Order: sequence, then C-alpha cells, then structure tokens
Amino acid sequence: MPGQKFGPAWFPGLIAFGLGICGMALVFLGIRAGGYWVQFPEWVRSSTARAGVLAVLGGLLFYILAADKLGFHFTAIAILAVWVRVLGASWRVTAAVALLAPLIIHLAFYKGLRVPLPWGVLERWAF
Amino acid sequence: MGVLSQALALVFDGYVLWVILASAVFGLFVGAVPGLTATMATALLVPVTFFMPPVPAIAAIVTATAMAIFAGDIPSCLLRMPGTPASAAYTDEAYAMTKKGYGEVALGASLVFSVVGGLFGTAVLILAAPALAEVALKFSSYEYFWLVLLGLASAIFLAHANPLKGVVSLLLGLLVASVGLDNPAGFPRFTFGNTELAGGLTLIPIMIGMFAVSEILRNVAAIDRPWEMAQAKIGNVLRGMWGLARRYPAPIVRGSVLGTAVGALPGAGADIAAWMSYAVSKKFSREREKFGTGHVEGIIEAGASNNSALAGAWIPALVFGIPGDSITAIIIGVLYIKGLNPGPTIFMNNGPAIYAIFLVFILANLLMIPLGIAAIKGAKQMLRAPRAILLPVILLFCIVGSFAINNSVFGVLLMLAFGVAGYLMEENGFPVAPAILGLVLGAMLEENFISSMIKADGRFIAFFERPIAGSLGVVVLIVVSIPLLRRLFRAAK
Repeated sequence: MPGQKFGPAWFPGLIAFGLGICGMALVFLGIRAGGYWVQFPEWVRSSTARAGVLAVLGGLLFYILAADKLGFHFTAIAILAVWVRVLGASWRVTAAVALLAPLIIHLAFYKGLRVPLPWGVLERWAF
Repeated sequence: MGVLSQALALVFDGYVLWVILASAVFGLFVGAVPGLTATMATALLVPVTFFMPPVPAIAAIVTATAMAIFAGDIPSCLLRMPGTPASAAYTDEAYAMTKKGYGEVALGASLVFSVVGGLFGTAVLILAAPALAEVALKFSSYEYFWLVLLGLASAIFLAHANPLKGVVSLLLGLLVASVGLDNPAGFPRFTFGNTELAGGLTLIPIMIGMFAVSEILRNVAAIDRPWEMAQAKIGNVLRGMWGLARRYPAPIVRGSVLGTAVGALPGAGADIAAWMSYAVSKKFSREREKFGTGHVEGIIEAGASNNSALAGAWIPALVFGIPGDSITAIIIGVLYIKGLNPGPTIFMNNGPAIYAIFLVFILANLLMIPLGIAAIKGAKQMLRAPRAILLPVILLFCIVGSFAINNSVFGVLLMLAFGVAGYLMEENGFPVAPAILGLVLGAMLEENFISSMIKADGRFIAFFERPIAGSLGVVVLIVVSIPLLRRLFRAAK
C-alpha cells in the first residue's frame, strides 16, 4: 500500500514470522526427543475402525462432488447407507435409517427452514 | 422496570418456551453421550437457530449448553467416561463413588451443585456485565488490543501443558482469519482469485468441522471399544443434598467464585475451571486423603465450578466481544448474525433482548432440576443409543448445517477440511481451542493492532502509555511467563 506504513501484509507477515520460529522450535524439540517420524494410531489395526474412518471421509467427499448434480436426497441416502452399514448395523436398520433420516431432514430443513437443498436429477419432480 | 417487563414478555412466549424445552432435551442427550460435547451441541444448534428470531436463538444455545455441561457428569458416574471435557476433572472420583454404591449421591451432588454454580455465575453476569460496560465505553484500540491478546494468551498458557503447540494452533487460526477482504486495508489476501475466499472463510462450517466432524472421526476410530456400564441402582438423587450443602458450604462458594472468574477470563472456560476447582478443593480439604477414593467434596466444588464458568464466559463475550471459551466463540458469531452486536453499547441498544437472555439463564438452571432427574433416570436408555446410527445421522446433520449458512457446497468442503485438520491436531497434541479463538478474534486483533500502530506512528511503547492499557499489558506479560515461572519454581524445589 503506497503511503501507508502498516499495510495489509504486515499482520500476515507477523504470523508467518511466529509460525517460522515455532516450527523450528518444534523440529528441534522433536529431533532431541527422538522417536518415530510417523506413527499410526492404534485403531489402524482394527478393520471396522479403518473402514469407518475411510467411509466417513469418502462419503463427505462424495457428497461435495455429487450433491449438486445428483441432488441431496439420493446422495444422502447413499452415504447414510454406507456409513450405517460399515459401522456395524444390520441391513434392516441400515435401510430404515438411510430412508428416514433424509426424509426428516427434508421436512425440517427444506420445508420448515426453507434451506434450498439441491434437487439434482429430481429437479422436475421437486415438491 | 420497563426493560425488565419487556424482557419477561420476550421470554414467556409460547414459542420461546417450547424452544427452551426442546433444546434442554437436546443438550441433555448430547452431554450425556460420551464423545459428544457441549461445544458440539452449540455448533449443531447454530444452523437451526440461524432461522429463529434473536431471543429464542440465543435461548436455545444457553439452555442446551447448561444442560450438556451437567449431563456430562452422568456417563462419568456410570461409564467412567466424561460426557464432555468439563467433567473430566472428576470422572475418576465420580466413578469410584458409583463403584462404592454411592452413585446416586454423586449424580445428585453434580446436579444440585451444578444448578447452584450456574445460578451464582448468572447473578455475577447480571450484576457485573452492565457495570463493566460503563468502563469499557472509555476503551480505545490500545485497551482492546491487550484484551484480545489476554484472551488468546490465557487460552494457551493457562490451559495447556504444551504452550508451544498452543501458540502454533493460535497462529494457524489467525492465519485462516486473515483470508479475504475483511482487513483494515480492504485488500484481498490469500484469495487466489477465488470468489468464495474473497468474503473470508465462514465461521460456522469451520466450527462444525473442528468440533463435530473431528469428534465423529474420533468416535468412529474407537467404534470397537464397547461402553461398559457400572451397574448402579439410581434411587432418589435429591436425598441428602441439603446435608451436603450444610457440610460443605466453603467448597460450594469457592467453586462458584473460581468458576465464574475463570469463565470470565477471556480464553479459559468450563473445563479449565473444573480442573482448577478440583485441585483447589483437594488442597484445602480437611479430608485430603479421601480424594480419589470416591469422595463427594471435589465433585461438589468442581461441579459448581464448571456450570458457573458457563455464565462467567458471557461477561467478556457480551461486553467486549471477546469469547470466554469456545462455546461463547460460536455464540459471538450468532450474536452478530442476529444484529445483537456485542460491545459496551449492547445494554443501551438491545437492553430488553439482553435481559431476556439473562432470564433464560435463570430459567435454564431451574429447569435443570426436574429435567436432570429425568435424564439420570433415563441414563441407561440414553447410553444404549447405538453409535452405528447416531454418528451417521449427526454427520448428515452437519452436512446440511454447513450447507445452510451460505447455501453452498463450499461450506461442506470447509467443514470436511477443518474436521480432518482438527482431528489431526488433537491427535498430535495441538489444542483446537486456541485456533478457534484466533479465528474469531483475528480480525479484531489486527484492526486494533494496526490502528494503534498508526496512531502511535510505530512506537510500540505507546501500548503501555494509557493506565488501563498499561496494566492489561502487564497482565498479559505475566500470563505469558507462567510456564517459565512454573519451571523456575519446580527447579527451586
């Protein structure tokens, strides 16, 4: 910024300076303490937990990519079914939750609070 | 008197009372299920309150958090798992009491003295906040700069074992806060030509990510570990409480006072208050040897403390716009959305609404007795709620909540990114709270810092030249040097 001593770069500059110092201190302390560079937590060994975490991350990513085209309802049913099943519920429970929860959210948010949830492929039948 | 009657009319309205009741049940449930925290309850409520008028919106959050902090004690007693971090300080003690067959005394004490602490904190809030606002009207950018810094410093140096990681977390929060056009120069920073980034990152999806999604990831990762319930017959939890109150008056008062004070300190909240009060209780107790074996004294003091902290945290939030803990950090965002901009003038501009919020505090704490008893009775059923259904449904709710703030999938992306970041940070010992405070306070810190620097023409000593600013500056320096002092003290021993 011309004519201004303390412009928009000042504050991020200070933050960067601080992060640089702290980063160096962490590296120094880490090397002094020894130990592994990367260590996986205990749950990685459990197949249910591993599948669960992957399903959560994958499901959210799928929603972000697909929701606008596929619509909220189909996407929600799909990811809920995967999540509930992977976390260990029976097929019957999975089906019930995957169908009921999006319906309740549709009624509460779309109808009640007027959140414009995307319809996607169902656009023509939107109600 | 006019303000009070207007406030009464605002609260005793069918819709508002219905919202209070519903959010009380919601808060009790979220608090009682281990892994779901009071902060998460707030983050999940925000998208819903987004569509309500100001008073019911804030009432929902006040009620839900008060209930959740108490309900966090229920799984402490029955499962040896704190329902919220604020109960962690005395989880072992409460569980030991249940094991000895005194489960109902432990639950009763945490219920009754939570209410006492909550009412005490509310009384201080009602009396102190308007008085403080009078003083705060005279504050300039120097004082605000130090106050913000005090909040950030106490979040790091009072709360956490590793201040270095706390500072890193804070700096990351400040960095995220500097994205967008919203800076004193109005210059786009870190936007990479993206229009979504130009407006800055929206707070609510980030909060939902850091407090709800990261918590869900942690729960999913631990899905194999079943909850084992201590078999306890829960009878009349109120029996013997009057006796306890007469036997331990000092711990009750001490817990309430310390809790309110810690809560009012910007940056430190209910969990820190509980830890400090439990330690204080042990130090001053006449039966110190009984602590840890299932002794009720520490539960009384820390239970009063964490609920009083909840109200205390509202003092700096309302008067300065500086959150006292991560719950009020979210609430400040809601206050701005609702046009109840926090600051010293809030009592003049929005008197009735603010007094209505105070009334909700009182109402929520009184409501805690009947609803709390019901929650204790129903605890076994609540704790049996299958996680395989609960976690996915909460996650879907998070998606819709993040979407609803700007009606854009970008919010969901933010939620996912910050959820993963929050999870990785916590797993590696980086506390999340400083990052959130940095995010909320970043703009305020920068604005006051830059305008002070411009006024002082770059002389840093000007920050100490006004009496209140100078004193606040010294307090900040003391707080920052606490870890150093602690180390020296330990070395001297």
